[in-house]
Amino acid sequence: MTTTRSDVQLMLDVKAGDQQSFELLLQRYRMPLVNFLYRMVRSREQAEDLAQEVFLRVYRAREDYEPSAKFTTWLFRIATNLALNSLRDHRYQKLEISMDAPIVADAEDGDERPMEVADEHPDIEQHLVEEARKKMIRHAIEKLPEKQRAAVLLHKYQELDYSEISKILRCSESALKSLLFRAYETLRVELAPLVASSVKH
Amino acid sequence: MSCQKMETRILAYVDGGLREGERAEVEKHLEDCAACRLRANEFRAVGDLLDELPMIEPSGAFNARVHALIAAEPEKRSSWLAWLTPAPRIAFVASLLLVATVWLGSQQAPPPQIAETDLPVVENADYDVISSFAPLSDLSQAQSDDDDNDVPQQQPQQM
Repeated sequence: MTTTRSDVQLMLDVKAGDQQSFELLLQRYRMPLVNFLYRMVRSREQAEDLAQEVFLRVYRAREDYEPSAKFTTWLFRIATNLALNSLRDHRYQKLEISMDAPIVADAEDGDERPMEVADEHPDIEQHLVEEARKKMIRHAIEKLPEKQRAAVLLHKYQELDYSEISKILRCSESALKSLLFRAYETLRVELAPLVASSVKH
Repeated sequence: MSCQKMETRILAYVDGGLREGERAEVEKHLEDCAACRLRANEFRAVGDLLDELPMIEPSGAFNARVHALIAAEPEKRSSWLAWLTPAPRIAFVASLLLVATVWLGSQQAPPPQIAETDLPVVENADYDVISSFAPLSDLSQAQSDDDDNDVPQQQPQQM
């Protein structure tokens, strides 16, 4: 009989010196972390760097780890803080560059090609429509203010509950609900054409 | 329930995260309010659209890079040795405080104290000086006889 050890149990085993448990945590959370960070910082390479930094910090903190909160709350708090700091630093960098050099091209979609295979879409036109649709959704998320974006991503994709997300974002649950409401209001306006067609059906 | 109160419940309603009582309240409001009904449907549609985004796979070297980062971490000392060896920052601050204390001590040395036993010697020395003025000792009688007269100007004499 095999039992799945909980995140907290795995982390306590890491604390006790079990490297294999760290590998299991790495395997369990690398995908959610990379995707969360990718949607936060909009760069695949940067998202991977940040996700690696999250795991490094988890490893560094192993000896002081106390299971006082859910493991995912702790993990995504580290990830959110790193993402927000990175966005802030990146903003300053951009500002410095813009003062020195002219902007040559809009590199917004630089490395944001999702892993899809064209062969799955024999109808090229249909494929382009789908791509445009995904791009529109991605851009709508990217345009959200950072904290609203983090709230939506943690709520929608990580399926964390309000209490966890509010701890990650260090706000009250009522503030979080209002944050999410505003985010969804913005999204339904940004995605109005897609929303309208899906509500009609 | 008002439309404003709906703001904090509508998303949880759409996600199916409301308790039975709250859900019934929301549904009752939705029956009467077309605007909130539309909003609930549109929030549901937004949620479905967000589900359409594909997940990305971490690169093949992801785990190897995490392992490399961990391997580059300095090894921790054993706890008793770490306790004996102060952290570099604390040691630096402590040394700095020690140097500052020594330096301040040397800068603010107390002024030399005058022993009380020295004072009479000074007074006696004054008396000796005064009494050693020959013209003064000559005039001492005249001074005591005539208090109103000023002391005559005298040139100090070399000792």
